[in-house]
Amino acid sequence: MSASPVLKIEGLRTDFRIGRHAISAVDDIDLVIPAGETLALVGESGSGKSVTARSVMRLLPRKLGMIAAGSVWFTGKDGQTRDLTKLDEDAMRSVRGREIGMVFQEPMTSLNPVFTVGEQIAEPLRVHSGATHSAALRTAIELIGRVGIPDPAKRAQQYPHELSGGMRQRITIAMALVCDPVLLIADEPTTALDVTIQAEILELLRKLQRERKMAMLFVTHNLGVVAEIAQRVAVMYAGRIVETGPVAEVFAAPRHPYTIGLLHSLPRLGQGSAMRRAGVRLPSIPGVMASIADMPKGCQFAPRCGFAADPCRVEIPPLAEVAAQRRARCIRWREIAA
Amino acid sequence: MLRYFAMRLLSGAGMLLALTLLIFILTRLTPGDPIDAYLDPNVPLSQEEVNALRTHLGLDRPLPEQYLAWLGEAARGNLGHSLQRFNETVTGLIAQRVGPTLLLMGSGIAISIILGVSTGVFTAVRRDTLPDFALSATALLGISSPAFLTALLGLYVASVRLKWAPSGGLLTPGAEFSAWDLLQHLLLPALLLSIGQAALIMRYMRASMLEVLNQDYVRTARAKGVREFQVVAKHALRNALLPVLTLIGSTIGLAIGGAIFIERVFNWPGMGLLLVSAVETRDYPVIMGATLVIGSCVIVVNILTDLSYALVDPRIKVG
Ligand SMILES: Nc1ncnc2c1ncn2[C@@H]1O[C@H](COP(=O)(O)OP(=O)(O)O)[C@@H](O)[C@H]1O
Ligand SMILES: [Mg+2]
Repeated sequence: MSASPVLKIEGLRTDFRIGRHAISAVDDIDLVIPAGETLALVGESGSGKSVTARSVMRLLPRKLGMIAAGSVWFTGKDGQTRDLTKLDEDAMRSVRGREIGMVFQEPMTSLNPVFTVGEQIAEPLRVHSGATHSAALRTAIELIGRVGIPDPAKRAQQYPHELSGGMRQRITIAMALVCDPVLLIADEPTTALDVTIQAEILELLRKLQRERKMAMLFVTHNLGVVAEIAQRVAVMYAGRIVETGPVAEVFAAPRHPYTIGLLHSLPRLGQGSAMRRAGVRLPSIPGVMASIADMPKGCQFAPRCGFAADPCRVEIPPLAEVAAQRRARCIRWREIAA
Repeated sequence: MLRYFAMRLLSGAGMLLALTLLIFILTRLTPGDPIDAYLDPNVPLSQEEVNALRTHLGLDRPLPEQYLAWLGEAARGNLGHSLQRFNETVTGLIAQRVGPTLLLMGSGIAISIILGVSTGVFTAVRRDTLPDFALSATALLGISSPAFLTALLGLYVASVRLKWAPSGGLLTPGAEFSAWDLLQHLLLPALLLSIGQAALIMRYMRASMLEVLNQDYVRTARAKGVREFQVVAKHALRNALLPVLTLIGSTIGLAIGGAIFIERVFNWPGMGLLLVSAVETRDYPVIMGATLVIGSCVIVVNILTDLSYALVDPRIKVG
């Protein structure tokens, strides 16, 4: 493995056009994913996780979203490092599906209803390596077996509506992996699934990631799964990263009040379902996240923060280094640590 | 599958029965005596002779009996004789006219589908650009202007003023048959026949395509690195066509109405012209026979539409 990380995002800002205005959905994003490692991107709904993931693939809604600043350095299979934001459309297309695979949240709607799943898995191979129809289909069938679906040859001939949600998500995973990408981006791949199936899919992704030594960007709003799948975590709030570092350290000693809140609202291992049965609600962070169109001055989390003081409301705090490989966007992190 | 077919054919037969009964009643309700059109005014006949002729033609029998007699013969494939053209069977007359009509309608429908689908996709992909505005406005005009106006205006401009096309008929009279001659005669009426439908198909196609282009599976296709052309032509188009197929099937009935009119304007020797002249001369057997054939065509087309739907969409299991 080469020394340069597979993915290095620097100062990324992505704007959305809303009416006549451009509004930043995410800003000042810095992320690094070394080869073979998993980074979890966590945050509540609307914090900008999907926008970040799609910015890497440059799959933002046309005419609405665009990368406004920053770089996305990507080291491909050939060992060359390129800034994806600078590639022309053809070069970018050859990255999508071949170098970077992507799994989406909605297994019910992200497969095309009029093609068999075998054809859909085989398609990236045919697009990128010009494989023949039958060769690509053979690879697809083999992969269907490897993502844990019994009777792959028969399944390959079926249409998405004939499969369960869990199976469809396995199919989209196979589709993302068929060209052996160096990086897998999984955008809330388990959110739409039943709890038992969530665990299976998570286990599958972890297994495949190890086998293939892929790097993975794992997007989730559930801090509970982070420890199971990732080595590093980046917590997002209102379009910015507020804390980042190795999972174990961040969990053991969070340095941002938002991370603390998230951790408090997490059921202890094995207690989740018992609490649900007993009707006990987890403590959640009071208040709601401000909309990106209408951000408070200063720290965006201040209105909901128990630690907030006047200096917090002056300007957005920098992402300060709080320990080796650890950063937090809070001017009072030292007091929190104490 | 077979069961479904049988059901559709059965309900189709029921509809045909109702249709012929309706036409039968309507023709008999309209004032005017077919005998008047039948007789040569220059050869006066006595009242007895007229009555004998009436008996001979079966026009003196009670109406229910006349209908049942016609039905019984029709079921055996005998549609009777024309009242106005001596020695011509209705089947024979229809056989001569079916070809030109199928040619005109088939070309019209083909043109409207090709034109409607391609412009619909194009305007969806180029949404909110100048070509989109221009084509959408044209389509609105095509839908909202009455068919007779389009036909007459088209005939006047393209044929009378610009002399791009012959003004009527199937072939140049007296000339030797050539496909080129036929095509020249066919193009303008087929084009004019297709305009309204093409405009309708385009609007549906555009809306359907816009919706499909927002679907998650289109984003998935892009994430796989599929070329944008393929994303549209392969992933989106097949899905977007589904609702449009139903529209195409159901507007073919409308196209038949349009075809009758176009045949009249362009003196195209088809079923429409036959039907119009039969109505004018109260030629009951021809009216009944032509209606039966046209009705059957509509029903067959609708069944075919349903079948094609099942072919394009794997979620639909016919049966
Ligand atoms: N298509 C869009 N049009 C306008 N704004 C958008 C669009 N998609 C996302 N956004 C903005 O970006 C913010 C972040 O969205 P997203 O990345 O989807 O959040 P999440 O963390 O839940 O994945 C949203 O709150 C929204 O304001
Ligand atoms: Mg999201």
